[in-house]
Amino acid sequence: MTDRAEVYNRILELIAPINKKGITLSEDTSFANDLELDSLTVMDLVAAIEDEWDITLPLNMLPDLETIGQLADAVAKLTR
Amino acid sequence: MTDLLSKFDALIAERQALLDSGVRDPFSIVMDEVKSPTEAVINGKRTILLGTYNYMGMTFDPDVIAAGKDALDRFGAGTTGSRVLNGTYQGHKECEEALKEFYGTEHAIVFSTGYQANLGVVSTLAGKGDYVVLDADSHASIYDGCYLGNADIVRFKHNSVEDLEKRLRRLPAEAGKLVVLEGVYSMLGDIAPLKEMVAVAKAAGAMILVDEAHGMGFFGEHGRGVFEEAGVSDDIDFVVGTFSKSVGTVGGFCVSNHPKFEVLRLVCRPYVFTASLPPSVVATAATSIRKLMHAADKRAHLWKNSRRLHQGLRDLGFSLGTETAQSAIIAVIMPDQMTTVRMWQALLELGLYVNMARPPATPAGMFLLRCSLCAEHSDDQVDDILGMFKAASEAIGYRQGTS
Repeated sequence: MTDRAEVYNRILELIAPINKKGITLSEDTSFANDLELDSLTVMDLVAAIEDEWDITLPLNMLPDLETIGQLADAVAKLTR
Repeated sequence: MTDLLSKFDALIAERQALLDSGVRDPFSIVMDEVKSPTEAVINGKRTILLGTYNYMGMTFDPDVIAAGKDALDRFGAGTTGSRVLNGTYQGHKECEEALKEFYGTEHAIVFSTGYQANLGVVSTLAGKGDYVVLDADSHASIYDGCYLGNADIVRFKHNSVEDLEKRLRRLPAEAGKLVVLEGVYSMLGDIAPLKEMVAVAKAAGAMILVDEAHGMGFFGEHGRGVFEEAGVSDDIDFVVGTFSKSVGTVGGFCVSNHPKFEVLRLVCRPYVFTASLPPSVVATAATSIRKLMHAADKRAHLWKNSRRLHQGLRDLGFSLGTETAQSAIIAVIMPDQMTTVRMWQALLELGLYVNMARPPATPAGMFLLRCSLCAEHSDDQVDDILGMFKAASEAIGYRQGTS
């Protein structure tokens, strides 16, 4: 089992290079509204996360993962 | 009241800014007259068509037209019904027989469009708890088929066998899996490494669907598509295709040897809940499909045209979507929207129609001038086309790498 805090911290590291506006990242940071990621960047981020934990994040699940916190929850659950 | 259309304000503004710069709208072309598979009159000007997907030039084939007229006389203008109620005529069955013969399969189902064929087959085959594994650059109809269904959607990097294998490995062994591939990807005209992909998909216990919309008619010994040329026919579970490209009319289909395939007619919503194709359309399709079985000369000329255009555009210095002519689609990669539209318009003013393609239809945010060849383009027309590309780029002062 992967620790939720560990997952969250690693996700922050993966997001850092694409945080072009340099905003402060938190549990409530929204991918669409705060980070303003385009669809290609989202796809790369999803692939990086899948590779990091060797998991599958189905495309249809993504609309429900609006914030960094929600993403960390989903990844922690999938790696359990 | 919230204006529901206000979500499109950014796109409306972008389009208006483009039109205000004095260019024509590349997405509002009207064909006033169509002279042949390769020529039309647009804005009063005789224009060579190089963006129709009318690969085999069947739209004006005399036998095809005669079959359509005869069916119109004998069976009327439309069926006004679903395939499962009053909308299956003898012509629909004959069309399915022609498909079975063309593909050498036990079963064939005709849909009202190619879009609906993918929508129906993908959404019906993969249900809740199953996985659809698709190429990132898949056609919108495949994505929409996924969204209509309840399966989990897993996407792999375009044409990457390694990424496909990795993604399949992560899925539960016991889960149902449908791998969806396309023979030819229509934006850049590149073909899929089907031999390797099929091997990887089979090893993972997946069923395989191949969309041959842009491969039917001129790939493989019988013209069945890229999968036939790749020698993997026995491992493909479902082939989806369209009548609106090489066949030269409109409609879609799926063929298969699966013993339970016919049940799709009862459970596939885009098949059940829509009107069937008009009798004239299925008659033209059946006639065209049968003629495509014996079209070796046309195939050869289409390939010759494609290779000549590819080489010619390369020699002119254009950046192309593929290293060699892999299909009958030759995509010219342009630097930005403005240059693309100006080039597109300059070509049109000279008498050449090509497709302009832009995101989100294109991969990686690309702007393209997409050319698709026809077996009926003469050698002289290909020369004229190359001449117009040269003249247009001079007229707008576009040189590859400088704009």
